[in-house]
Amino acid sequence: MAEVDQAQLFEFLCRMGDNTLVLGHWVSEWCGHAPVLEEDIALANTALDLIGQTQMWLGLAAEVEGKGRSADDLAMLRDVWDFRNVLLVEQPNGDFGQTMMRQFLFDAWHLEMLGALAGSSHDQIAAIAAKSVKEVQYHVERSGDTVVGLGDGTSESHSRMQKALNLLWPYVGEMFAADAVDNAVAAAGIAPDPAALRETYDARVGAVLAEATLSVPEDGFAHKGGKSGFQHSEHLGHLLTQMQWLQRAYPGASW
Amino acid sequence: MSSPNSAYPDTPETQTKPKRHEWPLWEVFIRGQHGMSHRHVGSLHAADEEMAIKNARDVYTRRNEGVSIWVVEARHIAASSPSEKGPLYEPSESKVYRHPTFFDIPDEVGAM
Amino acid sequence: MYAQMVKSEATQEDPEKLAAFQARIDAGEKIEPKDWMPAGYRKTLIRQIGQHAHSEIVGQLPEGNWITRAPTLERKAILLAKVQDEAGHGLYLYCAAETLGVSRDEMTEMLLDGRMKYSSIFNYPTLTWADMGAVGWLVDGAAIMNQVPLQRTSYGPYSRAMIRVCKEESFHQRQGYAVMMKMAQGTPAQKAMAQNALNRFWYPSLMMFGPSDKDSVHSAQSMAWKIKMNTNDELRQKFVDQTVPQAEYLGLTVPDETLKWNEEKGGYDFAEPDWDEFFEVIKGNGPCNAERLAARNKAWDDGKWVREGLLAHAEKRKLRKVAAE
Repeated sequence: MAEVDQAQLFEFLCRMGDNTLVLGHWVSEWCGHAPVLEEDIALANTALDLIGQTQMWLGLAAEVEGKGRSADDLAMLRDVWDFRNVLLVEQPNGDFGQTMMRQFLFDAWHLEMLGALAGSSHDQIAAIAAKSVKEVQYHVERSGDTVVGLGDGTSESHSRMQKALNLLWPYVGEMFAADAVDNAVAAAGIAPDPAALRETYDARVGAVLAEATLSVPEDGFAHKGGKSGFQHSEHLGHLLTQMQWLQRAYPGASW
Repeated sequence: MSSPNSAYPDTPETQTKPKRHEWPLWEVFIRGQHGMSHRHVGSLHAADEEMAIKNARDVYTRRNEGVSIWVVEARHIAASSPSEKGPLYEPSESKVYRHPTFFDIPDEVGAM
Repeated sequence: MYAQMVKSEATQEDPEKLAAFQARIDAGEKIEPKDWMPAGYRKTLIRQIGQHAHSEIVGQLPEGNWITRAPTLERKAILLAKVQDEAGHGLYLYCAAETLGVSRDEMTEMLLDGRMKYSSIFNYPTLTWADMGAVGWLVDGAAIMNQVPLQRTSYGPYSRAMIRVCKEESFHQRQGYAVMMKMAQGTPAQKAMAQNALNRFWYPSLMMFGPSDKDSVHSAQSMAWKIKMNTNDELRQKFVDQTVPQAEYLGLTVPDETLKWNEEKGGYDFAEPDWDEFFEVIKGNGPCNAERLAARNKAWDDGKWVREGLLAHAEKRKLRKVAAE
């Protein structure tokens, strides 16, 4: 099997960790503001899982990089262009429907990805994936149920969910588009070819959306630029302004 | 909100109030890791039984409390009424031989 | 406390029943939902448990204010888990109140339109990260002081909710104090931030116990019913005695020049908080009353379509299931 370039491995790990970091951050914003108490608690559980996964992915990334940075340094002290998350997860919360649609579209990919990574040739990656996949199995069940419930609920909830799907669907394609980093980790048996995950994803997502009586937009256009870091959306910068504020305002302090 | 034999009280207020369109109340029972029976841990609201189980997982097992969850809508629980307390429980009070402390076992015999 | 100035209801009922009820309470028996209880007992409990539940939910907001700005991933996770616990505690308490014949949605509406209150403390702003330390250390510390004895309260469902709350809450105060320790041992800016937080939260924390109630008729009735276990002054004194040495350990100064150990009573003498300020906050004039209620109202209003949508789906499914059978 091909040896992987450590810089490319670092990139890949940042992609995994930045996805969970950014999504976990948005989801945590619901704490204290959700439509019903049970949902408030459930969303916090999801966010906690994602933050925990971030610590593992970015911790490993920092180790692979070998420059003495920590997971916190990577989270709190990189600027927008160094982030490697997909565009989907940096899309703002919007209403509750938009949050749950974003969650479901990501969870369904996340589950396939982690399932494949559990068999990674890289032991630490396989271990992180094996722990995370159990959490994400539950995330996708829960977000899927909510998408179905709201899609097939009242006419208002249906139209809000269709609107959320229309808004977010163009961000799905990026998760499956392979680039040089993906090819390098795939060649080394570390990670799957992202394109290979699409079929199962489409089957799961298609079934849920059909039960939710929602229609997948016909336009197959896909935004890109998130996981390569070439061009993020404007939302990410605002998110970082909040998330990184304390570390930036009091450099070197320990918390 | 409650029928005569439900686990919840009939209060004058609830009888005069108009029926509200709320998520029903569910009672949650959880079995832990050590083989004990399901135990009532509390209640929650959910639109249906599937959501009730998921909510129970999120609300009542945040600290690894359980491995199996039962939920039942509160209005389906039949409960004994307080006035029956005497006839239901007092007969067993006299059957002290059901309790291990009833029997004196000499210390020499060891743990039993 | 989380339930401040709860008025107890006068009760006009059969003296024989009342005496039997009081005898059960005096004997340490728990009162359960279907047992006979005086109307005043029921009403007072709904008010108190409801206020307690509302305080947990509104109490999510000042700390929730810092979740997205927590300085490290670990601090973010700890804070989020803590604020999530508060939502859980609100949920347990609403459920306890529901056994008395009032629904959670009804209580929520009473909170949102101002008919029911929540603790004054949550109307103060959290301005710096050190406030996360101060809130955990002082506010949770004060709350625990009240909640631990309430585990023995006479109403079964309330008692059971408090047992669960206390079990989960044990880490809350400690995490607050851990934040404070880190700050107090940190850079000069962090230390100043910690002192500043103590300065702002000291008196509002003392107010949490409510004004002196040693001569209050309401308190006497609630204590006889064992839904209030100690007087406000007792708890306040206990809190001060416990907290002052903790502040000293941090190297922080309690903002009270009159604070002095009193050998004779075996406790500290301390200055009373400004009770005029307290009554203004209760009336709605605290620094954040408007924001707190607006946030809860927004969550409720914005969530309406979600609650209705999921309920409509559940009903459709039920109908389909019946049709299929």
